[in-house]
Amino acid sequence: MRHIISVLLENESGALSRVAGLFSARGYNIESLTVAPTDDPSLSRMTIVTSGSDEIVEQITKQLNKLVDVIKLLDMTAHPHIEREMALIKVRVGEAADREEVKRLTDIFRGRIIDVTQQTYVIEITGEGSKLDAFLEAVSPFPVQEVVRSGVMGIARGDVALQL
Amino acid sequence: MSETANSSTAITGAEIFCRSLQAEGVDVVFGYPGGAVLHIYDALYRQDKVSHVLVRHEQGAVHAAEGYAKSSDKPGVALVTSGPGATNAITGIADAYMDSVPLVVFTGQVPTSLIGNDAFQEVDTVGITRPCVKHNFLVKDVKDLATTIKKAFYVATTGRPGPVVVDIPKDVTAASCEFEYPESIHMRSYNPTFGGYTGQIDKAVDLILSAKQPMIYTGGGVILGKGSEALTEFTRKLGYPITNTLMGLGGYPSSDKQFLGMLGMHGTYEANMAMHHADVLIAIGARFDDRVTGNIEKFCPHAKIVHVDVDPSSISKNVKVDVPIVGEVEPVLRALIKALDAANAKPDPAALDAWWKQIREWQSQDCLKYDRESELIKPQYVVQKFWELTKGEAFVTSDVGQHQMWAAQFYGFDKPNRWINSGGLGTMGVGLPFAMGVQFAHPDATVGCITGEASIQMCIQELSTCYQYQLPIKILNLNNRYLGMVRQWQEFFYQGRYAMSYMDALPDFVKLAEAYGHVGMRIDKPGDVEGAIKEALAQKERLVFLDFITDQSENVYPMIPAGAGQNEMILV
Repeated sequence: MRHIISVLLENESGALSRVAGLFSARGYNIESLTVAPTDDPSLSRMTIVTSGSDEIVEQITKQLNKLVDVIKLLDMTAHPHIEREMALIKVRVGEAADREEVKRLTDIFRGRIIDVTQQTYVIEITGEGSKLDAFLEAVSPFPVQEVVRSGVMGIARGDVALQL
Repeated sequence: MSETANSSTAITGAEIFCRSLQAEGVDVVFGYPGGAVLHIYDALYRQDKVSHVLVRHEQGAVHAAEGYAKSSDKPGVALVTSGPGATNAITGIADAYMDSVPLVVFTGQVPTSLIGNDAFQEVDTVGITRPCVKHNFLVKDVKDLATTIKKAFYVATTGRPGPVVVDIPKDVTAASCEFEYPESIHMRSYNPTFGGYTGQIDKAVDLILSAKQPMIYTGGGVILGKGSEALTEFTRKLGYPITNTLMGLGGYPSSDKQFLGMLGMHGTYEANMAMHHADVLIAIGARFDDRVTGNIEKFCPHAKIVHVDVDPSSISKNVKVDVPIVGEVEPVLRALIKALDAANAKPDPAALDAWWKQIREWQSQDCLKYDRESELIKPQYVVQKFWELTKGEAFVTSDVGQHQMWAAQFYGFDKPNRWINSGGLGTMGVGLPFAMGVQFAHPDATVGCITGEASIQMCIQELSTCYQYQLPIKILNLNNRYLGMVRQWQEFFYQGRYAMSYMDALPDFVKLAEAYGHVGMRIDKPGDVEGAIKEALAQKERLVFLDFITDQSENVYPMIPAGAGQNEMILV
């Protein structure tokens, strides 16, 4: 089963590689991993998307907790939560008709065109991974040059919060 | 240079290093100098509270620190230079990680300005050691040095212990600042378990008392957690059978009648059969290692399991347990004893009687029997004689292989911290440097190193260290001219194709010992074994290298072959 694990850890050099190294050393799956400092600059927040049986995910959370740089974590999957991912997509749109159609698709998916040249659009789109997949499918008839996906971020709904 | 460099109270990073070690009560550091740690060596030279032992190879330094830590209640400390100094230390660090040995290893590093430049003797020590340390640090500012050392000792020695590496660039040891050693430390990201989480105690006691065929299985955690006395009280109170893992030997007195011997691949028949047939398993400070469980699908098929461990990630890692108790072994055992005293129920005497009858029947197999009439020296006999002649009181280190198993099977340990070996990583070459560390921790004790002619050659250079510090270690070399355990597997599972398992061109160990300034003896008749050991023990001031020429074809029995269950042992 797919799990989204959010982790608060010390914002120190090496902390990221401890987490990444743990996953490779113990053979755990890692679908995506995002990390950035939080409002408290001494803290980083990481979102890891992984999959495995309940036993494996239990081990993953225990092993993460055991890392000295990890302060706290939350398995989002155990709570109602929101997940979002952003993609930046560069599409070649040389023909006027293509420009029309790509613009229309972008609007339908509530994306935005954030860079325009004679030949290209850069489209920004956010949502759950499945929505991004659907959009990429929709624009696939056009020459997609580049796709950048941020990886998943997650936050719990309501009162549940991952904080110190 | 820091701005406080000229103020009267500022001292250099190298001096801070020494003062911090003094504050931690470190009495000995095992190490080897080099370019990046020259400032530190100069500072060590100019003080007299922390002594330094010069090894002959950095691997020896870390193993010696391990031996010191495993045989005492203090962490081991090693100091090596950057680059090759650090890489040579890796095996020892990984060994300590696998066996949860509290160590602090200091590595020199090239100056901060050169880090990342592929400088002379530069390696990414923090990167290389990351997967085999409990934690590691790179100190980039002299102002952080004292606090980092405090953290290193705190992390290494609390919770489930382990090795911590502190990488110190050369310029940090030259820079100065005010020295203040923190009295205590709090790390928001590190909260080891102290005491025990006792919420599950009642549930555990109910299960323990409901058992008809109980079994107690304990590991190295009992020794690390100083739980030996409490374990003995707990076990005697219940009257249940008990087995120890390889790492747990000495956690319960081996001479006690409730003790069934070691379990696992080369454990006793009775211990493994009792595990297999148990209905309640009480696992304490043990981690269900594959050498213990055999085929995990077939492991303890009938048992409900209580598991006490300080490390939550050890619980239900390999085997799903029914009552997990996270906590330090000693306080949890005390809580269990208290709850047992308060409980109305008692163990079922009729069921226990029948269980012990069954166990005595398994014991009657005499699974550790060997040919006592042989004209060749049987390795088991050497260990047994050493045990008798030292009255089971020696500290015993071993290397890795057949001799390690024979030492574990035939030297009866009645006390914790007496049996020092490499269980998790299985590192050949540890025996001699382990023994050095033990001898430094216990200068007046008898320290025996049970080894083989292959293992001993992996750190043979430390004979020189032993001479420099006049360490009167007794080396028992069970010399069968083979990589014995490899040969055994080749005999059993590769139709006797002995690929690379024969040790050709062996040195004359007697002359070798003498060349290093020690006493060497070669023994090739069973009748001379006892006399030789006696003579070696009588040489109280000297290292004696006893080269026993043993039966080449002897195998370690009994054995659970790979993939088999605990009830599927090969007997002699």
